[in-house]
Parts: sequence; structure tokens; C-alpha cells
Amino acid sequence: MARLELRDIAHSYQRDADYAVKPVDLVWEDGGAYALLGPSGCGKTTLLGILSGLLHPSRGRVLIDGRDVTALSPRDRNIAQVFQFPVLYDSMSVFDNLAFPLRNRGLGKREVDARVREVAELLDLSAELPLRASGLSGELKQKISLGRGLVRKDVSAILLDEPLTVVDPHLKWQLRRKLVQIHHDLRVTLIYVTHDQTEALTLADQVVVMNAGEVLQRGTPEALFERPEHLFVGHFIGSPGMNSLPCTLSADHVLVADQPVSARPAGTLSGELCVGVRPEFLKLHADATRGGAPVRVIKHRELGGSALFDVQLGPHTLLVKTGPRQAFQVGADCYLEFPVGHTHLYCDGQIVNGVA
Amino acid sequence: MEKPTNQRAWWFVAPVVLVVAFSALIPLMTVVNYSVQDILGPEQRVFVGREWYQKVLTDPELHGALLRQLTFSSVVLLTELPLGVMVALCMPLSGAGSSVALVLLGLPLLIPWNVVGTIWQVFARSDIGLGGVLLHRLGFEYNYTADALDAWFTVLVMDIWHWTPLVALLAYAGLRSIPQAYYQAAHIDGASRIAIFRFIELPKLKGVLAIAVLLRFMDSFMIYTEPFVLTGGGPGNSTTFLSQYLARLAVGQFDLGPAAAFSIVYFLVILLFSYVFYSVMTRES
Repeated sequence: MARLELRDIAHSYQRDADYAVKPVDLVWEDGGAYALLGPSGCGKTTLLGILSGLLHPSRGRVLIDGRDVTALSPRDRNIAQVFQFPVLYDSMSVFDNLAFPLRNRGLGKREVDARVREVAELLDLSAELPLRASGLSGELKQKISLGRGLVRKDVSAILLDEPLTVVDPHLKWQLRRKLVQIHHDLRVTLIYVTHDQTEALTLADQVVVMNAGEVLQRGTPEALFERPEHLFVGHFIGSPGMNSLPCTLSADHVLVADQPVSARPAGTLSGELCVGVRPEFLKLHADATRGGAPVRVIKHRELGGSALFDVQLGPHTLLVKTGPRQAFQVGADCYLEFPVGHTHLYCDGQIVNGVA
Repeated sequence: MEKPTNQRAWWFVAPVVLVVAFSALIPLMTVVNYSVQDILGPEQRVFVGREWYQKVLTDPELHGALLRQLTFSSVVLLTELPLGVMVALCMPLSGAGSSVALVLLGLPLLIPWNVVGTIWQVFARSDIGLGGVLLHRLGFEYNYTADALDAWFTVLVMDIWHWTPLVALLAYAGLRSIPQAYYQAAHIDGASRIAIFRFIELPKLKGVLAIAVLLRFMDSFMIYTEPFVLTGGGPGNSTTFLSQYLARLAVGQFDLGPAAAFSIVYFLVILLFSYVFYSVMTRES
């Protein structure tokens, strides 16, 4: 177990060409459960490879507990990694597969035996131990790969690269719960790469969101939801994602379609301005007693437990998610309240601080 | 439901049957024909039954040739397979280096077999040959035309030079088809180079190595041209292998009956060995 640190890390697969991972500083605290979230091809796997030592970064340093390990091999970094597609040693039995990482480190026979059985128990693999690894189902194979990652007790961290891709949805839940439990029991630093926000938000204490090689935000699932620091984070997390509306500034207000939606921030801003607000936080009112911008309902979808409205504000369309008992007719004129504290101003995609 | 009767399929099979008949079955039947008759003249023949078979199977000269043949094939297989795999492991997997390595390896395979024999005949000569003279200078009493052991050594080295590249190319193709993920997983699991070879590369190479064993066994068991050119089977009979013996029987002494009987036995022996090799090596998968 250890604290992992990336200092000014960047990686490019072609010399001098564009970066797959743009310069970044990141710290993964000892015992934390982290998710690395982002769309396919955003550099998550590259970042993971740099951490585990499979890739040598173009620049920067990797530190484990303060020790510079940039030049060390995966073996010497003592990091476990589980890959997206199961990798099994076909010629061995399930038992030998699980024992492989231990035997490579010269552990005694009894120790290996005890540890393998323990992990097999944990993952419900005990019955499969004597089987040959080839010819098993994809899920079983991935479970065994997972087991190989968990079998060593002394690892610095366990890295998981979309390990549940090949697993059936109903088993996904089960395995995810198992992972949370394992993390809880072992208190090992866990870094979980995924492009599935549900997976990331349910597993991790801290989520790191990446896009196009750039780390956009890291924080708790709540922080990512309530205060996305980047428009991309707002869009990517949440279902549906955040509304974003082009806006202008007046003397003391932020205006969307000439309607004031929040206070104007101090200082000057240059760049493309946007207001971001999540459908969950917007409130629809039937009358103007509580103020709000006049809007027209153009679409209504019942989601079971909640409802989704498309509303028209000037030239823009917004999504509003309401509770189950609010009924607005399509075509009705109502008033939209932009909640204080959940309406954010973005300049060139980046959040502008100081706006309530 | 009644199946419709349709004989049209025969027409599609007929060309293959014809080609195989003319290229394999009819020539083979001729050999069978010879092996059970004593041909005295163009119009005179006597059915002799198993006589030729009994004769060749009890021929001490043939026993000697068979023993030499088995020794030769064993040494060839035991040397060329590990060597070929080792060469393949040392070859660069990509870049200009891999193309250069492939061309260099392919060269011996492109040389006509009798030319290979000639090259080595000159190369190994102890008076003017580069290799032979070098060995002399180094203090070895080397003369492959007079010494049986030297002759064997030369024939073996020639075959290894000629055919190890084939094994290496097959193994190289097998190695290149192993997904990178296996190596990554092995690195993460802390596997040593030997463990990677033993538990990842070797199991994945099993298929191509089975083919390499088969090809090298069949080829080496039927070797004719190169030792014929290099040593002519000598000194004495020391490098006379089965096919040379057969050629001497058939073309040299014109003993067509025994030669035919022996051809059939030869064919069956190769078939048997190949079958055993193949089934043993593909047993598990």
C-alpha cells in the first residue's frame, strides 16, 4: 500500500507530436479508491500504463511513497494491474494462474497455497481451481485475472483497466460490490479506469475526469455533480448531462436570452461565455410569483419516479428534471428558476469562480 | 421427410478424383505392382508374393541405413528446433532490423538443394575450402572424404545451416502472433524472461512447432540430394541414408522388385512416424 504521485507527467506516442496525456500533476493517496473516468481514447489507459510501468512517460516522474520509480519495471514497482480483456496463461490450471505472481516472487509453497485459496474463496472460484484455464467463460476468465491482481498482499496499488467490460450486466453489479468490499477490507490503493460514470461514481471516493489527454477535474462524486469545473465534466457526468447556454453579461447580471439568471462575477472576462445548470436543479413554476425566466414547455417524458421536460427559453432548449407530481402541459407557459449555487458560469469551458 | 436424390455432386468431385488418381494412386499402384512381381523382361513376369518384402526387411545393409537415418533425423530435430526457436527469439519484432533478419534467414532456403551440397563440398575441403582449411589451421585433423565422423559432422552442419531458418521463420511468425497483452500481464505478474518463455511463448508456439517438427522430420527422413552431392554416401557407407540406398537399389542395380517393396515400406514408416508426432503434439488441444 502506498501513495502514488505523478509529477509533471506527459506522454506522447510519436516523438514531439501531440500528447496522448498532457502535462499533469496528480496524487493518489494511500488506501484511496479512485476512478479514472473519460470517454474512449482520452488517455486513461496511457496514464495507467505510466503508473504501472508498462509505459515510460515522455516526461515527468512517477513517485511511490516519495521514491522515484520512473525508471523501474512493473515488477520492481510492485503494482498489480488487471486488463480490459482477460489474459490467462492457457497452459496452466486456474490454481497455477493465481499462484503465478506469487511464485515469480519466490514465495514458499505453503504460503502460495494459503493465499491462492483465500483469493479463490473471495471471488467464488474455489470450485474452479483444478480446472484448466483455457476454455472457461469470459466472465470466469476475468474473475481469474482479477484474482491474479488481488493475490499479492504487499502490492503498492491495484490498477484496473475497465475490467468489467466483458462481464454480463447482472454480474457486473455483483463484482463491483465485491471490489468495494475488497477495497474496504484490504485498504489498498485502488485505481479504476472506466468510461461508465455509474461505475466510477459507485466505486470511487475520488473521481478523476479526463478528456482528450487532459485531466479536467478530480473530486468526490458529489463535487463532480454539483460543481463541474469544466463544461465537459458537466456534460459527461449525469444523465441527462448539464444544460449549457450561451450567455452575455450586463452591468450586474449574467443574461441568457436577455433574461438575468445569476449575478455578474467581478472582473473582466474574455472568451466564449456559457451558463451551465443541471436539469435536476432547475425549477419550473406555473406562475411568476417567485420570479424566473418565462419559458414554454415543448416536450414531456415520464421517467418513472421523475419527469423530464424540454423547455424553450428564447432560442435555447433546456432540459428540466422534476419530481413525480409536477404536471405541466406541453405548450404551457411557465417560469424557470435558476437556483442560486447550482448555476455556474463558464468561460471557454472552464468554470469562473465567484459566481454564486 | 424424404430426402431428394441428387447425383449431381459426383460431377463436382470427379475432377479431384481424376487428378489424385493420376498424380498419386496410379503411380503408387505401379510401385505395388512391381513389389510383388519379378520382372524378367518386357513380357515376362512372375508373381513372387512377399518375397521382395522379406528380402529387404532382412537386408543388413538396409538395417544399417535405417539406423543412420534415424540417428540423422533425431540429431537434426534435436538441434534445429531449439536453435530455430532461439534465433526467432533474438530477431527484432519490428523496424528495418526485422526485414534484414528475414531476408538473411530466407537466403539458405532459396538455394537449390544440389547447389547447397556443392557449396558445402567446396567449403569443407581441407585443401582449398574456407571451412576445411580453417579447421586445419586450428589444429583439427579434419577430412570429410576419409573420416566417417568428419563426414557425419559436415552433413549435419550443412543440414542445420540449410533448414534451421525454416524453423526460425515458423517460430518467428508464431511469436509475432502473441498479443502484447500477454507480455504486459507477465511483466505485471513479475515473470522472469525464462518464465515468460516457458509459460507464454512456448505454449503459444506449440502449433507452429508441431508443423516444424513434421516438416523437418519428413524432409530429413527423406534427405537425398545434399549428402549425395557432398559425400556420395561415403566414406564407405557411413553417410548412406535410406533414399540413397533406395536409389542405388532401383537405378544403380536395377532391382526394381526389392526397390518397390522397400519404397512401400519407406512410405509407411514416414506415414507412421508423422502420424505419431502429430497426434502426440496436438493431443491436448
